[in-house]
Amino acid sequence: MALSIKHLLGLDGVSREDIQEILDTAVTFREVIERPIKKVPTLQGKTVVNLFYENSTRTRISFELAERRLSADSLNFSVSTSSVTKGESFKDTVRNIEAMKVDMIVVRHASAGVPQYLTRISGSKIINAGDGTHEHPTQGLLDMYSIREKLGHLEGVRVCIVGDISHSRVALSNIYGLTTMGAKVSVCGPATMIPPFIKELGVDVYYNIDDAIQANDVLNVLRIQLERKAREYFPSIREYQKFYGIDTQRLEKNKKDVLILHPGPINRGVELSAEVADGEHQVILDQVTNGVAVRMAVLFLLGTQN
Amino acid sequence: MDIYIKNAHLLDPVTGVDTRGGLLIKNGVITSIGPLPEGEKEIEVWDVNGALVVPGLMDMHIHLREPGREDEETITTGSDAAAAGGFTAVACMPNTEPSIDSAEVVEYIRKRAEGHLVDVYVIGAATSERKGELIAPIGELVEAGAVAFSDDGVAIKTAKILRRVMEYAKMYDKPVIEHCEDETLAGGAMHEGITSTKLGLPGIPSIAEELTVSRDIMMAEMTGARVHIAHISTAKAVQLVREGKAKGIKVTAEVAPHHFTLTDEAVTTYDTNAKMNPPLRTGKDVEAMIAGLKDGTIDVIATDHAPHSPEEKEMEFEYAPNGILGLETAIGFTCTELLHKGHLTPADVVMKMAVNPRKILNLKVPAIRTGEEANLTIFNPELEWKVDVKKFRSKSRNSPFDGFTLRGKSLGVINKNQLFQNDA
Repeated sequence: MALSIKHLLGLDGVSREDIQEILDTAVTFREVIERPIKKVPTLQGKTVVNLFYENSTRTRISFELAERRLSADSLNFSVSTSSVTKGESFKDTVRNIEAMKVDMIVVRHASAGVPQYLTRISGSKIINAGDGTHEHPTQGLLDMYSIREKLGHLEGVRVCIVGDISHSRVALSNIYGLTTMGAKVSVCGPATMIPPFIKELGVDVYYNIDDAIQANDVLNVLRIQLERKAREYFPSIREYQKFYGIDTQRLEKNKKDVLILHPGPINRGVELSAEVADGEHQVILDQVTNGVAVRMAVLFLLGTQN
Repeated sequence: MDIYIKNAHLLDPVTGVDTRGGLLIKNGVITSIGPLPEGEKEIEVWDVNGALVVPGLMDMHIHLREPGREDEETITTGSDAAAAGGFTAVACMPNTEPSIDSAEVVEYIRKRAEGHLVDVYVIGAATSERKGELIAPIGELVEAGAVAFSDDGVAIKTAKILRRVMEYAKMYDKPVIEHCEDETLAGGAMHEGITSTKLGLPGIPSIAEELTVSRDIMMAEMTGARVHIAHISTAKAVQLVREGKAKGIKVTAEVAPHHFTLTDEAVTTYDTNAKMNPPLRTGKDVEAMIAGLKDGTIDVIATDHAPHSPEEKEMEFEYAPNGILGLETAIGFTCTELLHKGHLTPADVVMKMAVNPRKILNLKVPAIRTGEEANLTIFNPELEWKVDVKKFRSKSRNSPFDGFTLRGKSLGVINKNQLFQNDA
C-alpha cells in the first residue's frame, strides 16, 4: 500500500493507515537486518543526502545504515550552526545540493519548521530527522514500533513521557503518533518543563512521578539537558533526580510492571538509575535496532513513491 | 497645482463637513467647496465617482530604514509607499543605523524628506543608541524637530530610565511611545499558545506585553507624562489602557492592521512573512482589538511598516527578522475588516488614521475648509482589488497579504501643492 504522505515532516496529521503501513513494513526490514547479509537492493540508484545542521551522531548513523542497507547512495552534509549566520544561506546550500541531482533529503536542524520550509524550496523527498523543539517523527515511529513489539498492540496502551517536554522534539512526535494509534498519552515533569497549553493536545499532566508510574503501562523517559542554559528550568540535578529520577526502589514501591523507553543518550544516575537503564523493564537497545528498521521502512516507502 | 475634485463624498469629522459634491483646489489651497465656480472651466477635473475625500491620513509608526539599511527602504521609497497607500504623513521610528539619537540624524532625515508630497516626522530615540542606559539628548532632538521619543524594537529597558525619559519628555509635551515587551519573558518566535506548542516554536507570552503596559501606565500616572502604547496586541493590554484612561492617566494606544486581522494560526506554515513582534495573537485578542477601536480605547491605526530584504526573510523561521510591510494595505484592511463589518464608521476611520495621530504628536490636523492648504486623502471604500506585492512602491516585499482580496483602496493624495494618483 502506498503512503498518502509525500514527505515525512512530522507525525502531526499523519493518518493511522500510513503509520500502520510504516510499522508493518519495518517488521520486514527488522528481519532483514538479522540476516548475515543485511542488504536489499530496493533503493539502488537513489541518492539520499543527510543534511545535518546539528550534531547528532546517533540519528545520522542510524539513517546512514538504513540508507546503505537499502543500497541507496548516501552522503552526509554537515554544517555547524555557528557558520550559519555568516556563511551561505540555508536556501543556497539546499539549491547547491539539489543541483547535484539527489532524490531525498534527510534533514536535522535546530530551528523548528525547516523541513516544511525545505519542501517549498526543494523538489526532493524530505524526511525530518529532528527540527528544533518541534518533531522527530522517526523517533516517534521507532518508539511506537518498540512498544508494539513488546505489548503486541498500541490501542489503549497508556504511555507517559517523562522529563523536559517543553524542549523535546520527541515528545510531540510521540503525542501525535501514539494518539492517532489509539494510545492514551500523558506527560510528567516539573511544571517549568511542561508547556502550559499541552492539555489542549489531549494529554494528561502529572507532576508526581509515582502517580505517573501507577497510571501507565509505558514510560518514555527523556534525556535531561545538563548544560548551564537549561538550568533555569529546574533547581539542581540532585533535586531532579530525587523527584523525577527512576530507580529500582521507585519501581518496586509502585509494584508496577512498566516498560521503559529512552531515546538516548542516557544520563545514568539522573533520569534513570544504572540498574534501571540495564534492567528488565527497559528496551533501550531494542529501540536502537528498531530505529534502523523503521528508517529503512520510511526511506523505502517514500523513495519508491511516484 | 490646480484641480477640481468632482463627485466626492467630503468628510471631515473635525470641521463637521459631510457632504457630497466638489472641491476646488488652486495652488494647493482649498478655495471653494461645492459646484465648480463659473470662470474655472479650464481647470483639470478629477471625477472620483463618489469616493471619500478626507483630511490626509497619517501613519504614526513606520520604519524607513534610512540611514543604514537603504537596501530595504529609503526615505524616498518609504514616502512613495505611503503616498500610494493613501497617507500624506508618516512618523518614522529611530531604530536606524545609526539610531536617531542625535540632532544630526533628525536633520539628515528631514532634509532627505524635503520636497516630497508626504510629510515625514521623526521620532527620536528615548535613550542613546536605544540601549536603555542613558537618556537621549531630548532637548536637542526636539529643537531639531523630533515629535516623540521611543526605543521601538524594545521597551525602555529599566523603570529607572523610563522614569527619567518621561520626566524629561514631559517638559516638551512630547509623548513617549513604548514598544511594550518584558525582554526577560520574551525572546520567542511567535505568540505562546497552543499553536506555538504544536509548531515547536519558542513562544512570546501575552504577559510579556501586559507587564510592560502596566508598568508604563503606572509610570505615566506618577510622572504626569504622556505615554503612547505602540502596536498593542493582547486583550488584557487593551483592558489596561481602558482602565488607565478611565482614571484620567495620559495614555493612548495604536493597533496595527495585522493585529485586528490575523491570528497566530497564520504561522502554521512557518511563513516568515507572518513573523512580527508583537506576534500575531489569538482570535480572542483580535476581538479585543476591534472592541478597543470601537469604544475609543485604541486611538490610532498605525501599520508598524517594517521592510526587510528577501535574503533576510527567506530563511529558517526562528532566524528570520520580525516585521511586515503595512503602508500599502492599511486602508484595504481597515475598510475590509472594520468599515464593511460595521465596527467603525468612515468618520471613525478618519479620526483614527488622520486626526488622532496628529493630536497625539501635537501636529496641525489638516481640515476640509475654504482657505486651508489641501492635505487630503481620496479613497474608495468599495473598490475591490487584489494585493500584489510586486506592485508595491516599497523597496521590500515582505507582506503575508500577497494575493488577498481587499475592499477599499486609496485613489490618491494631495499635500504640499502636489498630487499623487494611483493607477486605476
